Amino acid sequence: MAVATQVLQSEWTKIKSVRSTVWTLGLALVVTVALGILISALSKSNFDKLSPKERLTFDPTFTSFAGMGLGQLAMIVFGVLVVSNEYSTGMIRTSLAAVPQRGTFLFSKITIATLLTLAVSMVTSFLAFFLGQAMLGEHKASIGDPGVLRAVIGGGLYMTLITVFSMGIATMLRSPMLSLGILMPFFFLISNILGAVPATKKVAQYFPDQAGRKVMQVITLDDDAPYGPWGGFAIMVLWVVAALVGAYVVLRERDA
Amino acid sequence: MIELQGLTKRYGDKLAVDGLTCTVRPGIVTGFLGPNGAGKSTTMRMMLDLDRPTAGSVHLDGKHYRQLRDPLKVVGALLDAKAMHGGRSAYNHLLCLAQSNGIPRARVAEVLDTVGLTSVAKKRSKGFSLGMGQRLGIAGALLGDPQVLLFDEPVNGLDPEGIHWIRNLMKNLASQGRTVFVSSHLMSEMALTAEHLIVIGQGRLLADTSMADFIAQNSRSYVRLRSPERERLLDVLSGSGITAVTAGDGSLEVDGADGARLGELAARHQIVLHELSPQQASLEEAFMQLTAESVEYHAHSAPAPGPAPGPQPPGSGWGTDWQKKGS
Repeated sequence: MAVATQVLQSEWTKIKSVRSTVWTLGLALVVTVALGILISALSKSNFDKLSPKERLTFDPTFTSFAGMGLGQLAMIVFGVLVVSNEYSTGMIRTSLAAVPQRGTFLFSKITIATLLTLAVSMVTSFLAFFLGQAMLGEHKASIGDPGVLRAVIGGGLYMTLITVFSMGIATMLRSPMLSLGILMPFFFLISNILGAVPATKKVAQYFPDQAGRKVMQVITLDDDAPYGPWGGFAIMVLWVVAALVGAYVVLRERDA
Repeated sequence: MIELQGLTKRYGDKLAVDGLTCTVRPGIVTGFLGPNGAGKSTTMRMMLDLDRPTAGSVHLDGKHYRQLRDPLKVVGALLDAKAMHGGRSAYNHLLCLAQSNGIPRARVAEVLDTVGLTSVAKKRSKGFSLGMGQRLGIAGALLGDPQVLLFDEPVNGLDPEGIHWIRNLMKNLASQGRTVFVSSHLMSEMALTAEHLIVIGQGRLLADTSMADFIAQNSRSYVRLRSPERERLLDVLSGSGITAVTAGDGSLEVDGADGARLGELAARHQIVLHELSPQQASLEEAFMQLTAESVEYHAHSAPAPGPAPGPQPPGSGWGTDWQKKGS
């Protein structure tokens, strides 16, 4: 275990000594919260124009998380860069010469990055919720309402898992451009499009982001997903575990 | 002590390293020589367990690299100069390496001082010149005070002062009883630093010998003769049982001959000589002859214009031929 402690310490030094960490995590927080505030304010002013059915299914908590769709992209960039920076700079050979045990290296790096992401994601989620609710006025939800606290914590967990998933994919693909070129369009466009088209919805609802998003919703009247909030979250966890197993196997077998 | 046993690396159907077996001893600088693409870097990556051997093994002081608990304390390596994150300061680059191997923080400042980078320790390595990057890489190699040091082409990109510094550093490290293994494609560079030589070509071991033996065996010495009466001189020489060959520029070359004897011979026959000079083929030439058949990327120069060059001196291979055309 002594080795693992050393490597965790080393990875912490690595992560805090590059500027991209502050930039990407800061951007994720600002974008998510700011867009959440904006969309919450717009929702309040447009509330009167909503149909009765829309008013019934209006989810103030989920509305304040509206910025996460964009904010998660900055998180994905963080997750990808944490790993692929090692490859694009050639640092990986220095790193693996210092820590030849591939598993210790990979999981120390991912543990540190995950803990940092979790802290930032939780702050982001709670900030987005409280500031968003402040905008919603009389339509707001309270943190004590049923399911709301779970949704807000879930929001933080969702962003964390998207980031960890990105780290796993980036480990397998190595190239930052390739990883971002696959992950960004997938989570920003493809998944949402496939999830909106009835024909592909049945498949798309098992995608990591679609399943994981369930835990952030409080009101789910108009929904036919075959899983609940934590069920959806568990599906997302399975995706993440699969990405990490893949990352470990690839790193162990591949020449650096 | 580094032991390679049947080390082999295959990429697809191409053998990059082919059954390499040799031992690198402590206390001296061992040069690892080969033309570009000979498999030097692949071999060094396998020593650090970065690349997996297709067959064979590497042992460092009796252990496999992946078994080392804090490898930087056993083996220090400089692979490529810029194997570091450019956005990280020199200090933090070394600090994260030190922490991963349980090396005290104070050691970071020490090695920065050794390589002369203290003044730029807080600067991001992105702005470093190749030479500074090389020095930072060397600082990383020295960090754990290891007994085994591997340097892959360490003088690349260094200015003369830097080259001088690294030669002395390697000699000092060896004199402290450490194993110093340094690769190069420049024989002239190795001649100045290495006491022992391991030469490879196309992944195969071509020579494993001391530098002194290599020089003795491979440097061809001959006498160059120039005379306005070349044909007569040739007759006189062959009459005395001496084989001379005509070089490209019209001079005669006599292998392994005694200059004094040739001069007396010419005087006896009253042949005017314009030049009589003992010559020593350079080590670079010897190295190129050794590796001639195994050079992977031949530079095919266009046929030289004008009359065809005269007969080649004996023993001239691809290397000398190339030198003439190139010059």
